[in-house]
Amino acid sequence: MAALLIRNGRVIDPASGTDTTADVLIEDGVIAGVGPDLRSPGAEVYDAGGMIVAPGFIDMHVHLREPGFEHAETIESGSRAAAAGGFTSICCMPNTKPVNDSVTVTSYIVEQARKKAVVNVFPIGAITKGSAGEEISAIGGMKAAGAVAISDDGLPVMNARVMRRAMEFARAYDVPIIQHCEDLNLSAGGDMHEGAQSVRWGLRGIPAASEDIMVSRDLILAQLTGARYHVAHISTANSVAMVAFARKQGLPVTCEVTPHHFALADQDMAPYDSNFKMKPPLRSSPHREGVLYALARGTVSAIATDHAPHPGSEKMQEFERCPFGIIGLETAIGLALDHLVAAGRITLQRMVELFTTGPESVMRLGRGTLAAGAPGDVTVFSTDVEWTYDVNQSASRSRNSPFDGRSFRGGPMATIVSGEIRWKR
Amino acid sequence: MPEGLLGIEELDRGQIEAILQRAKHFQPMQSQSLKKLDTLRGKMIVNLFYEASTRTRTSFEIAAKRLGADAVSITASGSSVTKGESLVDTLNTLAAMRPDAIVMRHAASGAPHFLARHLPTPIINAGDGTHEHPTQALLDARTILDRKGKLTGLRVAIIGDIAHSRVARSNVHLLARFGAEIVLCGPASLLPAELQHLAPGVTLTTDIRTAIRNADVIMMLRVQLERQHEAAFPASEYFRFYGLQLGHLDLAKPDAIVMHPGPINRGRELSSEVADFQRSVILNQVENGIAVRMAVLEKVIG
Repeated sequence: MAALLIRNGRVIDPASGTDTTADVLIEDGVIAGVGPDLRSPGAEVYDAGGMIVAPGFIDMHVHLREPGFEHAETIESGSRAAAAGGFTSICCMPNTKPVNDSVTVTSYIVEQARKKAVVNVFPIGAITKGSAGEEISAIGGMKAAGAVAISDDGLPVMNARVMRRAMEFARAYDVPIIQHCEDLNLSAGGDMHEGAQSVRWGLRGIPAASEDIMVSRDLILAQLTGARYHVAHISTANSVAMVAFARKQGLPVTCEVTPHHFALADQDMAPYDSNFKMKPPLRSSPHREGVLYALARGTVSAIATDHAPHPGSEKMQEFERCPFGIIGLETAIGLALDHLVAAGRITLQRMVELFTTGPESVMRLGRGTLAAGAPGDVTVFSTDVEWTYDVNQSASRSRNSPFDGRSFRGGPMATIVSGEIRWKR
Repeated sequence: MPEGLLGIEELDRGQIEAILQRAKHFQPMQSQSLKKLDTLRGKMIVNLFYEASTRTRTSFEIAAKRLGADAVSITASGSSVTKGESLVDTLNTLAAMRPDAIVMRHAASGAPHFLARHLPTPIINAGDGTHEHPTQALLDARTILDRKGKLTGLRVAIIGDIAHSRVARSNVHLLARFGAEIVLCGPASLLPAELQHLAPGVTLTTDIRTAIRNADVIMMLRVQLERQHEAAFPASEYFRFYGLQLGHLDLAKPDAIVMHPGPINRGRELSSEVADFQRSVILNQVENGIAVRMAVLEKVIG
C-alpha cells in the first residue's frame, strides 16, 4: 500500500501531549511516525503548512438511517458527510428499521460499511429489543459482531429495573451504555425547551427537569452497578453538574455535547423553523452556559453531532408535526472553532481532545492517537480558512440544518482514513 | 415575505393605532342600510379554516364583502386536507389560484408563520394554535377604546386558561404597547410563570379576586377543553374558583366592562347574569370584529 506524507503541519496529538510543527508519515495504512523532515520516497505528499494535523476525529453519535430509512441517509452518504466534516470514525445509533438489536442487523451494518463507507463505521447496538424498553437485547452477540456500545437512543429506557439489568450486562460485556436522558411523562407532547420562548410562541415545552430526572436516576444506577455509563447529548446545567459530581466520586461516567447545544440557545431559533427542532431541544442561555462551563472544565468527554437526517418533506410541516433532529457532521469543526476556541472558552488542544482522545476513552475503538502503529486516520483542519456552508451541496441525503448559509472561519481541510485521503477541501 | 398580519408581536404602536383608527372609520357603516364599499373590488380573499370557527370566519367574510372583495371560505373537512395533502401543498395550490390574501386559522402554533416563509401570498392569521389571534386583540382594543377612550394606564384582568389562549397572548402584546397594566389570572397549571416575561407590565395571580380588584376591564377566556392534553384543572371546580360572578364585579372599578371572545359557556367561565350584565360588551366585540377586519384587509391588500 502506498505511503502518505503530511508535511509541515502543526501536529496536535493529545494522546502524547504533542503540539509541534512536524510531518506525519502513514505507511501501509498505519502511522509510521511523527517528526521533523520525515522522508519516504514515492510517498504521496499533502502539504499541511499553516494547518493543524490531528488524529482522525471520532463522532460517537450519528444516525445513518440504514437499514430502513435510506431516503433520509445511507451508510455511504452519511460516511461521505462525515468525511466532509473531518471525521474518520463514526458510531451509528441503532434506531434503524429494523432496530439494530441483533447480530443480523449489526453484521449487515458492518458489511455495508466495509463495502460502501469512506470512513470507519462502528455500530451501536440497542439496549432493549426493538428499543421498546422492556427486554434486553443480545448484547454479547452484537459486541462479537462489531457493536462498540449499547443505547436505545431516540428513546430512553424508562423502566429503572430494566435499566439496572442493562447496566449489569453492559458491565459484564465491558461496553459503555449510552442513554438518551428524557423522562417521557414530563416531556410528552413537547416540541421545544420549556421556558419563556415556548410560552411566547405557544408551543408545548420539554422541561429541563425531564432530562435531569433521568440523568440523576441513571447516575444512581451506575453507582449501584459499576457500569460505564454515558449521557448522550447532555443539555442542561443541572445534568452536567450531576455528571461532574459523579465523576468526582470516581464513577466511570461520561457525557457528550452536540455542537448545536453549545452554539445555540432557544432564543436563537428562527420562529417555527423545524431546522431548529431536535431532542433534547435547544435550551435557554443559562443551560447553554452550563454546558460551555462543563466543556471547559473537563466534565464533558466528547463533542458528538447527533447527526439526524430527515428528508425535506418531513421537515416542511407545521412545527409540531415535524420530526426531531438535525444533520451536523459537516458543521461540527467550524462550530467548535468558532464558539469554543475563538470565543476563548477552551484551547485548541482541548478541542482536539474532545474529538479524539475524549470519545476514544468512552468507546475504546483503538483510535484517536498518532502513536506509531495506530490506524492511519488523520484529520487536517484550518483555523482560518473562510467558507460558507451550503446545505444543498451536502454529502448527506438530507438538508435539515439550521446552519445553512452560515459563514465560518476555520474548518476541515482533509480527512485521511487508513492513509488514504477520503476528502479534501 | 409579503406583508400579511401574522401577529400583534410584530406590530409597533403606530401600526396598531393606524388599524384601530381606520376601524373607527368603518364603524358607522355597520349600521347603515347600504353597507358596501368598492375599495377592494376585484380582489379575492380565501378564508382557509383548519379549525372550527363561526364568528371569526363569518366576520372575515362579511368584512371582505363590505369592502367589495370576493371571499371564498374553505374548511378543512371536505377538502383535500382529509385526503392527506400536506399543508404546504394545499397552500401552494391555493396560492397558484392567485388570491390577494389568505386568511388562515390552524390548530398548530406558527402554521401561518411557517407558510409565510414559503408562499408569495400575504397571510392573515385568524388564530394559530395557542400562539396569537391578532384580529381578536385588535377588536378588543377597539371595543375598550370605544368605552374608555384610552388604553394607557388601564388595569386589564385576563382570566382563564391563559396557557392555551392565543387571545390572551395577542391582547398582552397589544395592551403592553400602550402601557396598560395587565393581570393574568388562572389555575396555576394553566398559568406558566414565564408569561410574566411576555411583555412589560404583566403580573400573574391565581386568585380571581386579586385579579379583578380595581380592574377597568375584565376579559374572560373560554375554557379550551380541546387544547388541554391532560386534566390541568378539575372541570367541576372551575366555575367555583375562576368563574366570573356578579358579586365579583363589586371589586372592580364602578365602570368596569366585561369582555369575552366567545363563544361563551354560561355557567362555566361566567355566570348567566354576568353575560347579560349591562356593562358586558360581548356583542360590541362581535360588531367591532367586522370593522377591525375591514381595516386589516384594507391594510394588507389595499
